[in-house]
Formats: sequence, structure tokens, C-alpha cells
Amino acid sequence: MWLPVAIFLAVCIAIILVRLFLGPTPPDRLVGLDTLNTLVIVSMVILGASFNEVIYIDVAIVYALLSFVTTLFIAKYIEKGGF
Amino acid sequence: MRTFLITTACAFLLYLLLTTASGPLFLWSKEELIIGAIFALIVAAIVRKIFPVKNLRLLNPKRWFLFLAYFFGIFLPAMAKANVDVAYRVITGRINPGIVRISPNLKTDLGITMLANSITLTPGTLSVEVDEETNDLYVHWINVKKEALEKIPRDCKYVCGKFPDWARRIAE
Amino acid sequence: MILNIIIYIFIAIGCFFNMMAALGLHRFPDVYTRLHAGTKCTTFGSIFLILAVVIQSISAWVAEGLSSPQSILTLHALIALVAILLTNPTSAHAIGRAAHRSGIKPARAVVDDLEKEKP
Repeated sequence: MWLPVAIFLAVCIAIILVRLFLGPTPPDRLVGLDTLNTLVIVSMVILGASFNEVIYIDVAIVYALLSFVTTLFIAKYIEKGGF
Repeated sequence: MRTFLITTACAFLLYLLLTTASGPLFLWSKEELIIGAIFALIVAAIVRKIFPVKNLRLLNPKRWFLFLAYFFGIFLPAMAKANVDVAYRVITGRINPGIVRISPNLKTDLGITMLANSITLTPGTLSVEVDEETNDLYVHWINVKKEALEKIPRDCKYVCGKFPDWARRIAE
Repeated sequence: MILNIIIYIFIAIGCFFNMMAALGLHRFPDVYTRLHAGTKCTTFGSIFLILAVVIQSISAWVAEGLSSPQSILTLHALIALVAILLTNPTSAHAIGRAAHRSGIKPARAVVDDLEKEKP
């Protein structure tokens, strides 16, 4: 029941990856990365439900918080053109 | 000192929430309780300079209920509308964007944070920049209405409806 | 039975909005409008997908008895949902501000107050 959903999300991630490679400016790529991170978190939760393993969801929580910090730092870098 | 205690309590509660059902003692094992307390103390000691707790308003349970009422009664329906709206614009490609400035007259940081997050997740608007002295928000609007452009600062009611009142009620 | 139908409806809504987010990144012309698609649609889609997981694990929890590991799965899925809800709009705000400060103009804009007041 859950694996087709995970495959569908993987297709969405592939479409977003195209924007990540094409994106004309750095903020465009960052938007792609941010969207991709959210989808990765959701796919981890879906996979956790699929295999009935709690550890996937724990990893998803940590990934959510770490990717948030990453996005903030890249945004700060783009804003000032250096740290 | 107050800041230190409140941060410790919050960090400990979060740790307990994440390690539920690890043992027999009130659902938690003894080791988890001890290591959780130690880590909560360390975290609170590190962040006590950057997390000043200025007032205790948010510990009032009445505000939590107000927040829940706001979240389920107003925020979620607005968010559903926003998503149908964005999906419609993705399919048809009809956009009319612009950046407008609104003054919600909120005083506290928490209020302005809540308002900015609500604006970002609701119909057609996205907060881009905040003026830190006057707490004015600059909002990117995907479908600018003509009647909102008549005066400066722009009228809040076109951009975010009743959200500033709710943010004031909850956070101030 | 009826629970399964609800779960399938939630999955359908979640997948539709996530797909809209992915397509919106290609349909919209500039970074601000892309942020609209990339933030709102993924947050909403994630809410529905994670709620589907939660409903399924709660029903399994009730079927298996109180002390099954499904309870932890439910709780942690909800925590992941709260983390997404808190972090997504904030990072969108940060990206928008960084884009404007690094000098990217909104495409096809009819009005730009920020450009006038803080060039």
C-alpha cells in the first residue's frame, strides 16, 4: 500500500532535481533544494510506515531539523555573498 | 536563572517525548531519565545567552487553547484554500505578482513570527522581508488586487484578513 | 474498510499537491513565485500523507493492543509533521529575503514597495 506512494514521491523528486540543475540563479536552486528536502522527509515517513520501522521516522525528524539549518546557512551565504 | 530553568524544562520534556516507551518506570527507563536531565542542563547552559525569556505570557494555558482554536478553525481552512489557489495557478499560469508593504502594528517578536508564518502558508502571499524597527512586513503577493494599491501603507484586510488580530490575541 | 477509503483519499490528495509543487517549480517564471509553489504545496501535501500514515498506524495500534510499537510510530510521525510545519515557512522567508537582498527583481511585477524604499 505504501511503496507505490514512495515511488511516486521519487518521481516528484526527480522532476525537482531538473530544476535544481537548470535553475538560472542560486536562489532558484535553493528553492529546489528546500522543496526536495521536504519531499525526502515525507518519503522517509512513508518508508517507515511501509517497513514498520520506527528508526526511519527518527531519521526523518533529525533530517528535517538539519536541513532547516542548512537552508538558513545557504540563504545567509547568498544574502551577503560570503560569511 | 529563570531562563535557564524554563529552557531546561522544555528540553527535558522534548527529550522525554522523543524517548517514550523505553522502559517500565512511568514509561521511561531510569537511564533515559538521567541522561535526558544531563543533556537538558547542558543545552540550557549553552543557550542561556541567546534565548532570553522576556515574559511568561505564553505559559498561560488560555493562550494555548486560543492557539489551537486559531490553528484548526482559521488557519487550516485558509491553508486549504491557498493550496487550491496555487494549484489553479500552476495549471493555468495566470499570475499578477508584486511586493507590498503592510503594517500589522504588532509589538513582540513572537507575534510577528506567527503572523509571518501564517502569511506564508495562506492564500497567494509570502512574507519576504521584515522592517525590524517598525515591525512592518513586506509581502510578495501572487495576484495583486487593484483596490489594495490605492494608499500606502497597504490595507491589511486584502493581504491577510483577520490574522493580525489573532496574532495579537495569542502573543501579546 | 471505511478507514482504508479515508487513507486512500488522503494519499491521493497528498500526492496531487506534491506533484503540483514539483510542476510549479517549472511553470513559474521567477524565484518568488516558485517559492509559493515549493512551500505551500509541499507543506499541505506532507500534512495529508503523514496523516494517512498516522491513521493507519493508529488502527494497527488498536488492533494489536496497547503495548505495540505502533504507538511510537504514531507519536514520532506527528513530531515529524510538527517539525515540517515549523521549519518550512521560516526557510521560505529566509530564501525570499536572501533573493531580494542579492538583487533579484520579481518578474512581471506590477508593484514593488521594497524596491522603492530599500534599494
